[in-house]
Amino acid sequence: MIDRSLIVFFTASYPSVEKTVEFMLTSAEAGADVIELGVPFSDPVADGKTIQESYVRALRNFRVEQVFEIARGFRKECEKPLVIMSYYNPIYRRGVKGFVEKAYESGADALLVVDLPYDEAEELVETCNDVGMKNVFLAAPNTSEERLRAIDELSAFIYLVSTYGVTGERREISPLAFEALKRVKNVCKKPVAVGFGVSRADHVRQLIEAGADGVVVGSAFIRIINEKGGNAVEDIRELTLNLKSGVS
Amino acid sequence: MKFGEFGGRYVPEVLIPPLEELERAYEELKDDDRFKEELDYYLKNYAGRPTPLYFARNLSREVGAKIYLKREDLLHGGAHKINNTIGQALLAKFMGKTRIIAETGAGQHGVATAMAAALLGLEAEIYMGAEDYERQKMNVFRMRLLGARVTAVESGSMTLKDAINEALRDWVESFEYTHYLIGSVVGPHPFPTIVRDFQSVIGVEAKKQIIGAEGRLPDVIVACVGGGSNAMGIFYPFLRDEDVRLIGVEAAGKGIETGKHSASLTAGSKGVLHGMLSYFLHNENGMMLDTHSISAGLDYPGVGPEHAYLKEVERCEYVAVKDDEALDAFMTLSKLEGIIPALESAHAVAYAIKMAEEMDRDDVIVVNLSGRGDKDMGIVMERIA
Repeated sequence: MIDRSLIVFFTASYPSVEKTVEFMLTSAEAGADVIELGVPFSDPVADGKTIQESYVRALRNFRVEQVFEIARGFRKECEKPLVIMSYYNPIYRRGVKGFVEKAYESGADALLVVDLPYDEAEELVETCNDVGMKNVFLAAPNTSEERLRAIDELSAFIYLVSTYGVTGERREISPLAFEALKRVKNVCKKPVAVGFGVSRADHVRQLIEAGADGVVVGSAFIRIINEKGGNAVEDIRELTLNLKSGVS
Repeated sequence: MKFGEFGGRYVPEVLIPPLEELERAYEELKDDDRFKEELDYYLKNYAGRPTPLYFARNLSREVGAKIYLKREDLLHGGAHKINNTIGQALLAKFMGKTRIIAETGAGQHGVATAMAAALLGLEAEIYMGAEDYERQKMNVFRMRLLGARVTAVESGSMTLKDAINEALRDWVESFEYTHYLIGSVVGPHPFPTIVRDFQSVIGVEAKKQIIGAEGRLPDVIVACVGGGSNAMGIFYPFLRDEDVRLIGVEAAGKGIETGKHSASLTAGSKGVLHGMLSYFLHNENGMMLDTHSISAGLDYPGVGPEHAYLKEVERCEYVAVKDDEALDAFMTLSKLEGIIPALESAHAVAYAIKMAEEMDRDDVIVVNLSGRGDKDMGIVMERIA
């Protein structure tokens, strides 16, 4: 699913269903290889201020149904992989089976649930297997080898969190990320994408050179949308092009 | 690890190792004689245990059954919270952590955490929703006097739930040297178990005391439930005494039908937040709702997973009491007994009074008076002016 991939994150329904689709398509056209679509949540404990703000604003007029509309709108125009990222409660509340089926029908390829470690994910994994949806699980620099093996088993690719912290732009990639990347690549067979704090082309280049199969950039895009709202399209294209230069 | 289907560990992967570390440390420590001695020493000499079980004679005469008050309001800091903070602060030291963080709603847990940190030489940082920060200014000042750093949380509904979010974000960054000293029977495993165990001292004492006073177990035990730590603490040692009714009182705020309340067991549904599967107040999209209660300590859209389980298996009953009823009970107890309860605890008193009117003179109710009302003077003055 990923290979020297730039994975770009957008918040669903931010600032609107139509604009989210436009942002996703623009970024894909400019070189994003995978799009990650984030379901806004009232209590995003893994997210820093930038994404928190986008969630608060997106939630003013939000229904989970909109995530599926956005996925359909994207899929109609673009074949690149689409990962839906969510906290567990919006999925649990709707019913795991209903959510997964609907997401799959709408064109999503994989599901990443931030606050659902694999030990709690039995129902979700089984449902995804039945439906044909892939799973992506998080790993962190402190994840044990035993747990990495289980994550490897269940994931289409592994989303390695680069540091001890929440999402958000940082000046430097933490040294932890490079150590962890080496370790995870040694233990796991599946491709590894690195996210959290990745926001610039030189970050992207460093991680790809260190062996990452993909990088995830979120807050850098969301900051632009926080500032420019619906007028962020051109900036999104430029940032994508710029980041993509770090991959190729 | 779970209470039926409730509880669990719904956290980002990065928090699994610190939770495992905590579980191992707690398993090692909890039955260690030296730890138990040290904890007992501080509970007795520093916090003021055991607390009395006081027969509220005037109130009982007025309402028609025998009401006993478990006087957790007399503890150092003014609430039951210190039972847990001393225990967990000792645990933090055992694990070699130098810093503790905590969330606080009314400020009682923050104060109790700041006290334990000062006592045991730990750095403390307390997260408090900006709205609570405003309505509980005195407690903010107390925490600062005790040497803690207090951070107002401006995100979300700016109350207890958001303070927990921010404490979790801090912990993800700082777990190598920081213990998250969670204040109620909520959060990912093993927190609900640890907090319940440290608070169980309330029920253990109450059992002995009521047998001493009445020669039998009580008919009913009543406690208020926000996250549910004081209720779990007094209920737990009575869970197997099937003839004792255990009643948790949630905050009905302005009325369940208005939507302005915090009664997650009474009016909520199953969900996942703060690392646990439990009952929550959330909309059909899974977003947490803004809650309301006159008492900041009950103003939380969820509840501890063991309460969810005890409701499901019908061992405990959960009811809800409105702001106005709690306020009436606050006044009644103050006038009749000379005891000013915390607004949280006043919810339990209100329900006990309501029940007593339907009971016999010899029936016995124990109310967990979880805290004192000094912190609530500002709010009550506004309401009755």
